[in-house]
Amino acid sequence: MNDTIAAISTAQGVGAISIIRVSGKEAIKIVSSIFSNSKFFNAPTHTIHYGYITFNNEKIDEVLVSLMRAPKTFTMEDVVEINAHGGITTTNKILELLLSAGCRLAEPGEFTKRAFLNGRIDLTEAEGIIDLINAKTDISREIALKQVNGKTSQMIKDLRSDLAAILANIEVNLNYPEYEDIEEMTTEKIKENMDILESKITKIINSSKNSELLKNGIKTVIIGRPNVGKSSLLNNLVGEEKAIVTEIQGTTRDSVEASLVIDNIILTLIDTAGIRRTSDVVESIGVEKSLKLINEADLVLFVLNYNEQITEEDKQIITKLEGKNYISIINKCDLPKKIDDSNIKNKIYVSAFKNINMDQIPLKIKEMFDLEQIETNDLSYLSSARSMAILKKVSLAIKEVRQGLSDGYSLDMIELDLKDIWNLLGEIIGENYEEELIDELFSRFCVGK
Amino acid sequence: MEYEIIVVGGGHAGCEAALASARMGHKTLLVTGNIKNIADMPCNPSIGGSAKGIVVREIDALGGEMGKNADKSLIQIKMLNSGKGPAVQALRAQVDKTVYPREMLKTLKSTENLTILEGLVKDILVRDSTVQGIVMEDDREISSLAVILTTGTYMNADILIGSERRRQGPHGEKPSNYLSDNLAKHGFEIKRLKTGTPPRIVKDSIDYSKAKREDGDMIYHTFSFETKPFYDINNQEPCYLIYTTDLTHKIIHENLNKSSMYGALDDVKGIGPRYCPSIEDKVVRFANKEKHQLFLEPESLYYDDIYIQGFSTSMPRDVQEKMVHSLPGLENAKILKYAYAIEYDSIYPTQLKQSLETKLINNLYSAGQINGTSGYEEAACQGLIAGINASLRLQGKEPLILKRDEAYIGVLIDDLVTKGIRDPYRLLTSRAEYRLLLRHDNADLRLREYGYKIGLINEKKYNQLLLKKEGIKQLISELKELKVVPAENDFLKRIGTKEVKDGISLYNLLKRPEVKIDFLIKRLKHDYSNAILEQVMIMIKYEGYINKALREAEKMLALENKKIPDDVNYDAMHNLASEARQKLKEVRPTSLGQALRISGVNPADISILMIYLKRDYHHE
Repeated sequence: MNDTIAAISTAQGVGAISIIRVSGKEAIKIVSSIFSNSKFFNAPTHTIHYGYITFNNEKIDEVLVSLMRAPKTFTMEDVVEINAHGGITTTNKILELLLSAGCRLAEPGEFTKRAFLNGRIDLTEAEGIIDLINAKTDISREIALKQVNGKTSQMIKDLRSDLAAILANIEVNLNYPEYEDIEEMTTEKIKENMDILESKITKIINSSKNSELLKNGIKTVIIGRPNVGKSSLLNNLVGEEKAIVTEIQGTTRDSVEASLVIDNIILTLIDTAGIRRTSDVVESIGVEKSLKLINEADLVLFVLNYNEQITEEDKQIITKLEGKNYISIINKCDLPKKIDDSNIKNKIYVSAFKNINMDQIPLKIKEMFDLEQIETNDLSYLSSARSMAILKKVSLAIKEVRQGLSDGYSLDMIELDLKDIWNLLGEIIGENYEEELIDELFSRFCVGK
Repeated sequence: MEYEIIVVGGGHAGCEAALASARMGHKTLLVTGNIKNIADMPCNPSIGGSAKGIVVREIDALGGEMGKNADKSLIQIKMLNSGKGPAVQALRAQVDKTVYPREMLKTLKSTENLTILEGLVKDILVRDSTVQGIVMEDDREISSLAVILTTGTYMNADILIGSERRRQGPHGEKPSNYLSDNLAKHGFEIKRLKTGTPPRIVKDSIDYSKAKREDGDMIYHTFSFETKPFYDINNQEPCYLIYTTDLTHKIIHENLNKSSMYGALDDVKGIGPRYCPSIEDKVVRFANKEKHQLFLEPESLYYDDIYIQGFSTSMPRDVQEKMVHSLPGLENAKILKYAYAIEYDSIYPTQLKQSLETKLINNLYSAGQINGTSGYEEAACQGLIAGINASLRLQGKEPLILKRDEAYIGVLIDDLVTKGIRDPYRLLTSRAEYRLLLRHDNADLRLREYGYKIGLINEKKYNQLLLKKEGIKQLISELKELKVVPAENDFLKRIGTKEVKDGISLYNLLKRPEVKIDFLIKRLKHDYSNAILEQVMIMIKYEGYINKALREAEKMLALENKKIPDDVNYDAMHNLASEARQKLKEVRPTSLGQALRISGVNPADISILMIYLKRDYHHE
């Protein structure tokens, strides 16, 4: 009851606008921290404010935010509602930012529960909430288990068990200092463990991002000089059998205009308008524009001509592609080879016109995003927003451990932060058994009078 | 009414309970099976240790006796984990097993309002769910307003050695044969537990040249905040470290089926402590460990026994002989007392309130091993709390319930009454969520105020506490005010720390790990005691961690302050998960915080509970 809760309160993926509701003591403060409008924090109650949700100076969404100060609100607490532009990815991103900034994901019925506990609504309404909470009791563990896929969950379990071994070791050193035959835990071992933990967590975060991509589409851009065959590539990809093209009413933010499904992968094509209009316009997309598009995309399909030399423009693009997910599609491979592609990475030789090797493109994409390993039915973005927020807290705690070690604090102090990490990891996979550590201690170490 | 409070049992819990109640002004009777065994130490000859040493300090801060009594009888003392952080440092002393009970008996006898009676108790008198007194085994009835049970391991005690089972208490003392059966008749759930003790060896029959000597610290320590050291720092008794041998393990393996626990007895029901495994358990469970560490500890300056810590067993005597003789330096050792396991009855602790009063019978309290704990310190602190709360009850006052962020004692009692036990409960640093707040050095600052309020700490001692608090405040403000300027960079260099470009307060300087408060004493305007200097240094150096713990404790407190009324009806809450309902009915938590700590009760159940409370009780 003392914490601040947040949830998306409109149906997911339906409608042009989605609302994220935040309630609690810190609601205004937390929203302020991700909202560009500086007048918001001190604004009068029951007012609406325009601005951007931002993260690291990057604009996430253009929004209207309503501010309602306690007590004249639904929950009788401070309530903020963010009206975002729809779009599952953006809405979830905002929720994730709120969770990272200190909100807790609201349980089902929790806003109503607060409304009741704070005396805003009456008994009959409350009965409904009890049912709702009760329904949750049975499935809560299931949700906790489902929010990460089997592989990730096992990875977290392993990380946790490595950590438990360290914690038990430190505890046994503290509680049985007289045992000379028990190894002392060392700073080096903890550092080593933190390195492993950090790299695995990065991997989990990335794979979660990939799940997100799988669910919400990979932002893809097709670039290349004039005459390399971008239009024919697109035409081939959207061919009758394999592809469905969906028109989405344009939002101006990221120029997303079409979704393309190949082998269950959704490619959200950026700036396809140009490509799909006349070939003249397509070919007129300059290098400058291309470079900008590369920045926005999750995946770049960089089209080259097998039958032509590489130009300065190409080289500029190649430099820019460094560190991005891209596929160099060397088109027109049915013609004589004139290209010197020895410096070009991630390449596939195709002929879009003659339909040679085109099936390699989806395979390459799957490989690139590690998509084969993600089981689609495991995904539940809502809970994954929560686990992402927890994983970010883990990253912070790892920093605290490192800071503590470099400041020269003794291991019993460091252990306090390690325990936080252990608890956070437990939260993700829904495991929290208090005696676990003590069991661990006595099963690993032979101590006692 | 013959007495106001009767304490049944004269062990560490019983002594503290009786002293607290007598000192709080109540006419008290302590009944013990054998006056010679008052404050007996039937197992290891030491007091304190990790977490436990902090409990001894807490007992002292509240006005209990264990710390002072240990100070009078210790023969070696060490600060454990002295190289580690402040939260895990704790004192451990080797204590003379003849002096400790003798001194405690002296104190008991010289305490006003306190009578000691030898005899065994067979039943309690109950009317209208309220205890009225006790019945002795000779059927004599003694009336009282409150009773505190501190029976230790004596209820239906059986000594187990190999295939032998004998109805005896520790050292072959008379057991309590009727009390636990009668408690069961009164409605209590009884749980059988087990513990064990190692053999004792004749001091001079050991060749110490094969052992590694372990000495006490070369600085003086006391458990009590009030006593001066009684011992001579240069004349402490050593302990010795040895290891088991291949032969020891071979003998154990060959004779395993002769151990009471491994088949020699087929009716062992008691659950032994995980942290106190017998040597046969260690050898079996940690089969890949080549050797196990053992300590040879002196029991007394006045008799010959050496205690082999780490070697408890329930093997038959002839096997024990072989096992002992397989140890380095003990080839010719003479066994004075054989090791044994002991089975005994306890009360399942979720039948207690946080005040240690039983839920079933008013004014009946229990403390110590009867509640499923293990250890002298764990027993003593419960005895103290039971004694205090029985007295407060008679005075018509609210009980003293220490919270988890206030004392290890609070952690221990809350764990017992909320979570119950699987095996005898021992305190460990890992059981405390806020151990950084529960330090050895600040026990007086945490608890002395309570001791004063209930009347166990007198005006003079309380004023000393106030002076200390004042001193701490003054020192902190001095450290914030005083600065080191760049012109004094020489000084910073000399004490081995980075120079400054702008001025730095001593307070911030002290945050640097390499800077000790000793370096800064000369710059201070006033003199401060070592206790104050130490306290302030810890507060500053660990400020970040301490503040984090305080924030977490505050969150807990919010839930702790949401009280659950006594008469709440869990059966009326249809939507509770059935496991949660059953646990809530068993424990009957007093707050949402406590409810949440019950295993099997999850946050969704708490939500339901909150809604029902709001609906049915309409209180904020």
